[in-house]
Amino acid sequence: MNSRIGGIDAAGNYPQHWRRPPFISSPWLRYGLACGAVLYLIVGIGSVEINWTRVWDGLPRGWAFVYGFLAPDFFSRGEDIRAGILESLTMTLTSTVVGILISVPIGVGAARNLAPPLVYGVCRSIIAISRSFQEVIIAILFVAMVGFGPLAGFLTLAFATIGFLSKLLAEDIEEIEESQAEAIRATGAGWLQLVNYAIQPQVMPRLIGLSLYRLDINFRESAVIGIVGAGGIGATLNTAIDRYEFDSAAAILIIIIAIVLVAEYSSGVIRKWVQ
Amino acid sequence: MPVREVDGKIHWQRRSSAREFALWFGWLLLVALFVFCWQVMNQQTLWDFVPDAPRQAADIAGRMTPPRWSYMERLWVPLWDTLNIATLGTLLGIVLAVPIAFLTARNTTPSARFIRPVGLLAIVSSRSINSLIWALLLVSILGPGLLAGIIAIALRSIGFIGKLLYEAIEEIDHAQLEAISATGASSLQILDFGITPQVLPAFAGISVFRWDINIRESTVLGLVGAGGIGLELSHSLNTLAWHQVSLIFIVILGTVILSEWVSARVRHALI
Repeated sequence: MNSRIGGIDAAGNYPQHWRRPPFISSPWLRYGLACGAVLYLIVGIGSVEINWTRVWDGLPRGWAFVYGFLAPDFFSRGEDIRAGILESLTMTLTSTVVGILISVPIGVGAARNLAPPLVYGVCRSIIAISRSFQEVIIAILFVAMVGFGPLAGFLTLAFATIGFLSKLLAEDIEEIEESQAEAIRATGAGWLQLVNYAIQPQVMPRLIGLSLYRLDINFRESAVIGIVGAGGIGATLNTAIDRYEFDSAAAILIIIIAIVLVAEYSSGVIRKWVQ
Repeated sequence: MPVREVDGKIHWQRRSSAREFALWFGWLLLVALFVFCWQVMNQQTLWDFVPDAPRQAADIAGRMTPPRWSYMERLWVPLWDTLNIATLGTLLGIVLAVPIAFLTARNTTPSARFIRPVGLLAIVSSRSINSLIWALLLVSILGPGLLAGIIAIALRSIGFIGKLLYEAIEEIDHAQLEAISATGASSLQILDFGITPQVLPAFAGISVFRWDINIRESTVLGLVGAGGIGLELSHSLNTLAWHQVSLIFIVILGTVILSEWVSARVRHALI
């Protein structure tokens, strides 16, 4: 659109063509960003070193992987896959349950409208610490502490759940309908009764939804932390890929995708049922 | 209103007795499942190590402090590589995700019966598999290096950007499309002038959000050989150089906080 009011130019003529308004209105910012982006692309792509002969050598392996997806091998490593998936599933469930149990009080403490400033500060810092690091890094530390195996994975996932769930729960509590809380307060309710009768019914459906979502995330993460020795299907997957057994790897990936699909579908059903 | 009679007085209840019972049964089932899973999970756990954990933690913390600050000069290049993996990976992911999103959205797909399910499957597969697993695969196919990391990030981003973008496309205002088509516009022109302007702000926000997540994820891709600062982390861990590990943690933390701040500012400016 022309910047002059009414679109009339200096000679008094009406514009004959419409031009769509640009996404970023300031031209300096628009062209500056574009130049910066082009410059970055040149420098960035230039700094990526690619070993083309190695890529060329790897292409058959790429095909082997695609072929593995078409003809996955569920059986030759069947026992390992079964044990790994079982470990992943049990880790996921226990860590999610424990994570929720810990994150509910922390979430209540991190809600500005419920907690005194000191508690608020402490709970918010716990959330910040838990959210800042990748699960894999936390898993490395827990493996160093309690040794290899699913216990380290359980601790990792429970710790990561706290940051995720407490933060979203706290935000939810801060956004509740205040009039309901006031109505309960007017009956002379104490703090616990306030939480139980005014807050809990309002946030419960969303808390259940978030918990199911986190269950889903924890399962996906449980497939990863096995790479650093924290139990679950990741270790089996890592071995399969290291040995170039792409048909077994593809089988594991297909199982993961299928479980995520089932989890997503059933969490949709449960959420509908709760509301 | 569910009520209960005790000694001739009527008491208010939140739920009817049958629902209350069903609820308690559900909780009981969950507890039983938890106990069962806990036992299956810990069949092979060596509990001898566990009481030792606080001492181990203190030991590691002691080795981590003070961080070896002089190591920083060797971290700048890996840090730049990490930023490149995240940014170029996000760009590649966007390029791949946009057509998939348009092919998947119910109102723009060419065929709801054949192409939409394929698009949904691509999105779900990409979302289910963590970028670290993609990296693991690509390192064994393409060899270690930044390229594997970039493609891993891109493949994981397709699912995220694709899903949020196709949902945004499905939620657009149809009156605008009708107005554009009333001018005699072709379907491509409707796409260009009717749909794109409506989803552009959401699209920009989604992309910046994903970039922020990708920075986080690209810091650990090096653990499986896909370049970046994770490679240094892996070296330091293998040589048990904990005072270098702690410096890398600090650098990662700083990068993550900075990228989160940038992404929050940009998204705030967009909305």
